[in-house]
Amino acid sequence: MTRVQVLLCSGTACQSSGSAKVKRALTEALAGHDLLSEVQIVETGCMGPCELGPVLLVYPEGTFYVRVKPEDAAEIVAEHFLKGRPVGRLLWTEGAPEPTEIPFFARQRKIVLANCGTIDPEKIEEYVAVRGYEALGKAVTEMAPAEVIAQVKRSGLRGRGGAGFPTGTKWELVAAAAGDPKYVVCNADEGDPGAFMDRAILEGDPHAILEGMAIAAYAVGASRGYVYIRAEYPLAVQRLETALAQARKLGVLGSGIFESGFSFDIELRIGAGAFVCGEETALIASIEGRRGEPRPRPPYPATSGLWGKPTLINNVETYANVRHILLHGPDAFAAVGTEKSKGTKVFALAGKIRNTGLVEVPMGITLRELLFDIGGGVPAGREFKAVQIGGPSGGCLPASLLDVPVDYDSLTQHGAIMGSGGVIVLDDAACMVNMARFFLEFTADESCGKCVPCRVGTQMMLRILDRIVAGEGTDDDLARLAEIGDMMKKASLCGLGQTAANPVLSTLRYFADEYHAHIRDRSCPAGVCPNLVRYVVLPDACRSCDACRRACPTGAAQGTPRAGPYRIVDELCIRCGACFDVCPFEAVRKEPREAQ
Amino acid sequence: MINLRIDDTPVQARPGQTILTAACEAGIRIPTLCHVEALTPVGACRLCLVEIRNWNGRLVPACATPAQEGLDVVAHSDKLTALRRTILELLFAERNHICAFCVSNGHCELQDLATELGMDHVTFPYRFPSLPVDASHPKFGLDHNRCVLCGRCVRACSEVEGACTWGFSGRGVETRVEADLGDPWGASRTCTACGKCVQACPVGALFEKGKATAEQVKRPEILAEVTERRPRA
Repeated sequence: MTRVQVLLCSGTACQSSGSAKVKRALTEALAGHDLLSEVQIVETGCMGPCELGPVLLVYPEGTFYVRVKPEDAAEIVAEHFLKGRPVGRLLWTEGAPEPTEIPFFARQRKIVLANCGTIDPEKIEEYVAVRGYEALGKAVTEMAPAEVIAQVKRSGLRGRGGAGFPTGTKWELVAAAAGDPKYVVCNADEGDPGAFMDRAILEGDPHAILEGMAIAAYAVGASRGYVYIRAEYPLAVQRLETALAQARKLGVLGSGIFESGFSFDIELRIGAGAFVCGEETALIASIEGRRGEPRPRPPYPATSGLWGKPTLINNVETYANVRHILLHGPDAFAAVGTEKSKGTKVFALAGKIRNTGLVEVPMGITLRELLFDIGGGVPAGREFKAVQIGGPSGGCLPASLLDVPVDYDSLTQHGAIMGSGGVIVLDDAACMVNMARFFLEFTADESCGKCVPCRVGTQMMLRILDRIVAGEGTDDDLARLAEIGDMMKKASLCGLGQTAANPVLSTLRYFADEYHAHIRDRSCPAGVCPNLVRYVVLPDACRSCDACRRACPTGAAQGTPRAGPYRIVDELCIRCGACFDVCPFEAVRKEPREAQ
Repeated sequence: MINLRIDDTPVQARPGQTILTAACEAGIRIPTLCHVEALTPVGACRLCLVEIRNWNGRLVPACATPAQEGLDVVAHSDKLTALRRTILELLFAERNHICAFCVSNGHCELQDLATELGMDHVTFPYRFPSLPVDASHPKFGLDHNRCVLCGRCVRACSEVEGACTWGFSGRGVETRVEADLGDPWGASRTCTACGKCVQACPVGALFEKGKATAEQVKRPEILAEVTERRPRA
């Protein structure tokens, strides 16, 4: 008889911090106390606080353990499972009396992630136990396709892949399009740096995606589906494959689903790692076996997609929302969120934030609530500077905009985008010019090369930014950046090129002074850009140990052992940072060069 | 017939025609580079971008956008000319387009476009990439320095000749036109040496060996001539 249930997170983050070893150690310790029949370990999907992994949640009490090491297993078993005394030093309480009251959890609203971290994603029975495939059953046995579409439309669900197109309208277009067969595609080619929402959903609740796709297929009249997923997500691929096999065996995929006339099956297509394949027409080309390049729209995939047939393409998170709309009704779904952005949104919090991880919040929450109340803010000792939302296609918002509500339209209005949900927090140690350059380097590298504005435009912008961070910028450069960015926005073929300039344009808008400092003063205020910083020795901290002199390749670090503070001669310094790295007393400081 | 307006002139188009074809038949010239008759339009060069007033001023490639009833198209404006000029400048700055040394000097579509659009200098820094020349084919040569990646050779080879010798490798600015799986052109087992790619090439990237500059006038129109003569299925 199971008395204690241990939910052990086995998402990619917790796996990489050692959850598998923790499981082995726990199992051994349980066996040692002959408790295997009383304590059940369930491997679940992502619970959210990835920074604190491996994490485990112990029921019935709901005790939340963080940063669990294999060597902690014996203590957890002996103290907690045997004697009922939770191991205090591993608890995550944040001062809250109950784990559910920890702000990180309390402020979230989990709809899409409801099953992530609570069920075993490799067991279809556990999914069925939480009303899994009930929505599909209801759709195919009780509802006409048009009714399903009407409900999705009524819910106000908008595409979670970034652009926010109304999902119900898209379904309606595909349903109305002439052509047979029709296809349903799930876009799981999540490629933004710092984004891992879709991965977590696929790993933690793969059946929800399959069910959402099946419902969509029923609604639009498709019999075949594809999940286009990147090869860099091996765990998600494996769990999807397991889920597909189980769903077929159970008869919720295949022919005559729920003994109706509806048949539908899904195939996986593994992407080869090109960012542009997240663009729907490039994705189609890739599934068809061609080079992953976008093509002009119209025609839209809704009328001419895979092999020229009507094709519905939605993002992972969009499909994950579908079953909730049918189970709880469109009005319940629409009750969450704002007037134009309904429901919740999953965000991947990354960068300089305490609670790095995965969160789901109602639309319309402010950035401040998302980043500070839930995310825990910037780690101690640093100040919040900006947040990059929407990955390389998104924009950078400064601290003054922290009270902007997180919804499609408000973010777009301020020069960022909702995007797929990647959120990167920057603290005051970040150089905004360098950050913009990083994203542009990414898009320049990921440009497919088909259209001229994106292929060459990104290169030209990158070249200018390279000069600016090297301290060789000119006053004309800023106008030129804005001009090229504007041209790319208007003239590029696909979303990649049209949005590639956004990180630059938004930092130009909110952090123009940093660009000016780089160009006019030849100084990097954050002390990041190597050419624009200088290294100095703090005389009080220096113990003249000679480490910096020995590390310095150019003889810029000078002094005599135990004969007073060392110094760094700026003219000889090549800013390699060796002295900074090697100093055992933190006596070498990197600081912005003075205005020149 | 479909009725639309291009530059405030009423124009008629047949169903299936693109904005570009409709404009062309009405005697309105729209600059193009990657498009050539008889090949599938790809909308890659972005020179034929036109503004659709009643689509919120959205810019669309005329070559790949079907003519639709009631469209109000702006094909020429100062804004569009400036945009096209910028795109041309980017093309000139991307690789090594040195007209004086080029076999297509005087009959090059890129050069002609620069003249047409009044692009008399390049304001971007030249990239001057170091690119190879493939002279391995007995009859033809490929100079990557002059390639604009319009893909006309790729489409001519697959859509008209049916050999599928040409393709793209790499991505972004590293994209190259490549025979088979990166073989030297001369070693290609699929190339039929028909020369359609050379005729399709708008610039001096693909050229015939043993011909002087004046003899290198390309004939991209042969693609349409060939396909028109084909029996229809």
